[in-house]
Amino acid sequence: MFDFSIVTNWVHSTLTSVMPEGWAVLIECVVIAVWIITLYALLAIALIYMERKVCGFFQCRLGPNRVGKWGCFQVFADVLKMLTKEIFNPKNADQFLYNLAPFLVIIASFLTFSCLPINKGASILDFNVGVFFLLAASSIGVLGILLAGWGSNNKYSLIGAMRSGAQIVSYELSAGLSIMTAVVLTGTMSFSGIIEYQADGWLIFKGHIPAIIAFLTYLVAGNAECNRGPFDLPEAESELTAGYHTEYSGMHFGFFYLAEYLNMFIIAAVAATIFLGGWMPLHIGGLDGFNAVMDFIPGVVWFFAKAFFVVFLLMWIKWTFPRLRIDQLLSFEWKYLMPICMANLLLMTLMVVFGLHF
Amino acid sequence: MEEIKYIEPAALRDEMLRLRNEEKMDFLESLTGMDWGVPTEGDAPGTVRGLGIVYHLESTETHERVALETSTLDREHPELPTVSDIWKTAKINEREVYDFYGIIFIGHTDMRRIYLRNDWVGYPLRKDDDPEKENPLRMDNEETVDETIEIELGADGTIKNKKDLIFGDEEYVVNIGPQHPATHGVLRFRVSLEGEMIKKIDPILGYIHRGIEKMNESLTYPQTLALTDRLDYLAAMQNRHALCMCIEKAVGIEISERTQYIRTIMDELQRIDSHLLYYSCLAMDLGALTAFFYGFRDREKILDIFEETCGGRLTLNYNMIGGVQSDIHPNFVKRVKDFIKYLRGVIHEYHDIFTGNIIAQNRMKGVGVLSREDVISYGATGGTGRASGWHCDVRKRMPYAMYDKVNFKEIIYTEGDSFARYMVRMDEIMESMNIIEQLIDNIPEGEYKVKTKPIIKVPEGQYYQAVEASRGEFGVFLESHGDKYPYRLHYRSTGLPLADIVDTACRGEKIADLITVGGTLDYVVPDIDR
Repeated sequence: MFDFSIVTNWVHSTLTSVMPEGWAVLIECVVIAVWIITLYALLAIALIYMERKVCGFFQCRLGPNRVGKWGCFQVFADVLKMLTKEIFNPKNADQFLYNLAPFLVIIASFLTFSCLPINKGASILDFNVGVFFLLAASSIGVLGILLAGWGSNNKYSLIGAMRSGAQIVSYELSAGLSIMTAVVLTGTMSFSGIIEYQADGWLIFKGHIPAIIAFLTYLVAGNAECNRGPFDLPEAESELTAGYHTEYSGMHFGFFYLAEYLNMFIIAAVAATIFLGGWMPLHIGGLDGFNAVMDFIPGVVWFFAKAFFVVFLLMWIKWTFPRLRIDQLLSFEWKYLMPICMANLLLMTLMVVFGLHF
Repeated sequence: MEEIKYIEPAALRDEMLRLRNEEKMDFLESLTGMDWGVPTEGDAPGTVRGLGIVYHLESTETHERVALETSTLDREHPELPTVSDIWKTAKINEREVYDFYGIIFIGHTDMRRIYLRNDWVGYPLRKDDDPEKENPLRMDNEETVDETIEIELGADGTIKNKKDLIFGDEEYVVNIGPQHPATHGVLRFRVSLEGEMIKKIDPILGYIHRGIEKMNESLTYPQTLALTDRLDYLAAMQNRHALCMCIEKAVGIEISERTQYIRTIMDELQRIDSHLLYYSCLAMDLGALTAFFYGFRDREKILDIFEETCGGRLTLNYNMIGGVQSDIHPNFVKRVKDFIKYLRGVIHEYHDIFTGNIIAQNRMKGVGVLSREDVISYGATGGTGRASGWHCDVRKRMPYAMYDKVNFKEIIYTEGDSFARYMVRMDEIMESMNIIEQLIDNIPEGEYKVKTKPIIKVPEGQYYQAVEASRGEFGVFLESHGDKYPYRLHYRSTGLPLADIVDTACRGEKIADLITVGGTLDYVVPDIDR
C-alpha cells in the first residue's frame, strides 16, 4: 500500500533544507489551500453532473446532453453563468449578515472537508479528536443558514431558516450518536486510528448488527443534516420557493449550492470512512493472498469509490421519496431516531465489554 | 328552457330559508348576476327588469331542482339580501356579482371586489357600462386592502355600515403566489401564520381574469365556443361539450349517435389526462419529483391521440354545435385501445412509488379534512365532493350523452381528507378506462356533425346545462333574447368553490399542508378567473 506521507515528508524536508521552517510551513499551507479549493470545485462539478444524470435516469429522461459529449460540459457552462451573474442586495436586508452568511456556510463545509483522509498518509487535518472536530465544524453551517434567513428580510427565507435550524440541531444528535457507536468500537477519535482499526475488516462487518444500525441511522441523520430530500424542508420549493436562499443570486447563491453538494459528499465520505473503511482496501482476516491483491488498488480509488457509492444511495433516496412535514420530521428524530441511536450505542458498548465483535 | 320563479327581494330570505330548511335544498348550484335593463313601455306584464340574481338550487337528498330569480330596479344603490349565511358558496359568488354588477348584498361580511382592481370604475357587466371609457391601462401597483365594509340592516329598516378587518397589523401574513410553484397558476393566497400554523387564508383572485362572460355577449354562438377551452384547459372537451349541449338543447338540434359516442370517449380521455396531471402535480408539490415524470410520460400519449384527431393538444376546439369538428382519425380506435392496455400495465408503478410511500401517506392522511356538510354548502363538486361522501357526479345525477347506457361506478370515499381526494382521482382513472372500453368498439356509423344554419339564433329563454368536468360540475347558464348573440352566458366554475374552501380545509394545519390541500383540491386558475 502506497503511503502518501512519503511524498509529504519529502516535500517538507526539501523545503526546510533551503529555508527556515516557518516559511516552509507557510508555503505548504498555501499549496494545501489551493489543493483543497481545487478538489472542492472539481468534486462539486462531478457531483452536480452525477446528480443530473442519476436523477434523469430515475425519471425516464436522459439528463443534460447538449453541451459536450453526454452533456459533460453542462456544469462548467452553468458555473460560468453563475460567475457572471449580478450579485444584488435586497433593499431592506441586513447588509452585513446577508453578505456574511454564504461565507459561513462555505467555510464550515471547507473545514469538514479537510478532515477527510483520502489516502494512506494523505489527510490534511488528523489529530486525536478528529471526529469531534468534524462534528463541531459541520455545525457552523447552520449559523450561516440562520443568518441568511434572518438577513435577507424575506418571510420565506425566515421560515426556511427556522426550519433549518430546528432540523440541523436535532439531527446532529443522531449523527453524533451514530458516530459515537463507531468510536466505542474502535476506541479512538482520530480518523487515521479508525481506519487502521479496519485493516482486517470494515467496521460494518466487524461491528455487525449495531454497526449496520449505526450506518443506517447515520445516513438518515446525515441526509437530514445536509438538507436534501426527503428532508429538504428548509428550501422546499413548492412551499417556500427557495427557502433561506430565496434572495441570493450569482455566486452567493452558488456558495449555498456548492456547499449543499459538498456536504452531501462529506456525509457520504464520513460514512465511507467510518463504516466502510475509508481508503482501506477490502481485507478479509486470514486470506493473505486476497488481501495482497486488493492492496494493488490504490487507496484513493477505494475512498472515492466508496464515497460515491454512498452518494448514489443518497441520490436514490432523494429522487424516490416525497418531502416530510416539519412536525413529522422533528417527531421522527426525537421519538424514533434518537432513541434508536441511544439504544444502539448501549448495545455496542455491551458488545465491546463482552467482546462479542469480530 | 326552464321555469324560473320570480321572488320579490323583500320575500327572498324567507323563501330561501324555507327552501333550505323545509325542502332541504342544500346545494346552491349556481348563482348568476343579471342585468335585465330598465323597464320600457313595451314590456309584457311579468317581464323582469333591473339588476338581479338567478339562483339554481338542488337537494342532495331528493335531487329535486329549483331555479329562482330576484331583481331590484334601483341602479344607483342596488341592494339585495344576502344568502351567504344559508349557503357558504354564495359568499364568493355574491362578491363576483358585486364586482360585475355593483349589487350590494345586505348582511354580506366581505364586500370587496374579487376579480377587478380595487380602483376599477364602474361595473362592467351592466349593459349600460362602458368599461374602457374610465379605466385606462394603469401602471401603478394595486394596493391590498385589509378592510371591508359590511352593510347591516337594522330591524327598523335603517342601514348601518360596519367595518371588518381581514388581517390585523400584528399578524404574520405570508403571500403564497401569485407567482408560486404550488398555486398551479396565478393565484394568490394571503396566509396568516402562527409559527408554522395557519390561522386564516384569504384567496385573492383575478390575476388572469379575461372577462370571458362579457366577451360572450358580443360573440355569435359558434364564436363563444372558442373561449370554453380557455377556461379549465384540463377540461377543454367537457366544457365545450356543456356549451354545445346547452345550445343544441335550446335550438332543438338532434345530434347523431356517433357524435354522442365520440363526445363521451373524448370526455373520458380528457378526464384521464387531467387526473394524470393531477397525480404528477400533487407528487411534485409533495417533493416526489420522479413520480411527476411518470404521470407526464403517460399523459403525453393521450395528447398525441388528441393531436391526431383534433389537431390541438391543449386547446382542442373539437366539439361544435351539432357535432364535432371532424371525424375521428382512422388510427383513433386502435391507439386508444393500445393506450388503455398500456396504462393498465403501468398504473401499478404510480402506486408503488407514491401511493404506498409512508411519507406520502403521512402527508395526506387526515390532512385538510372536509365534512360532507361543508363540501355541499361550499358547492365543492367533483373529486373533492366525492371524497367527502357526497354523491355529486353529474354523470349519475343528470345523465347526458352516453352515460346512462354505460356501466360505471361513482367513486365515493367518506374520509374527506387529502388521501381520499387523491384516491378518488386514481380510481376514477380506472373507471374512465372502463367507460371507454365499453364504447370504443361500438362507435356506430353515421354523421359526425349534423348540418346547422350558418347563423344560429337561440329562441328566447333561459337554459342551464351541466356536465361532469374533470374537477367537478361545470354548468352553463344561457339567457337568450332571440338574437344571434347570447344575452348572458354564465359559467358555473368548477374551481371557484375549490379556491374558496381552502380556508376551511387549512385552518389549524401547517403551512406545508396548504400545499397538500391545494394539490389535492386540484383547482385550475383560468377556470376560477374566467
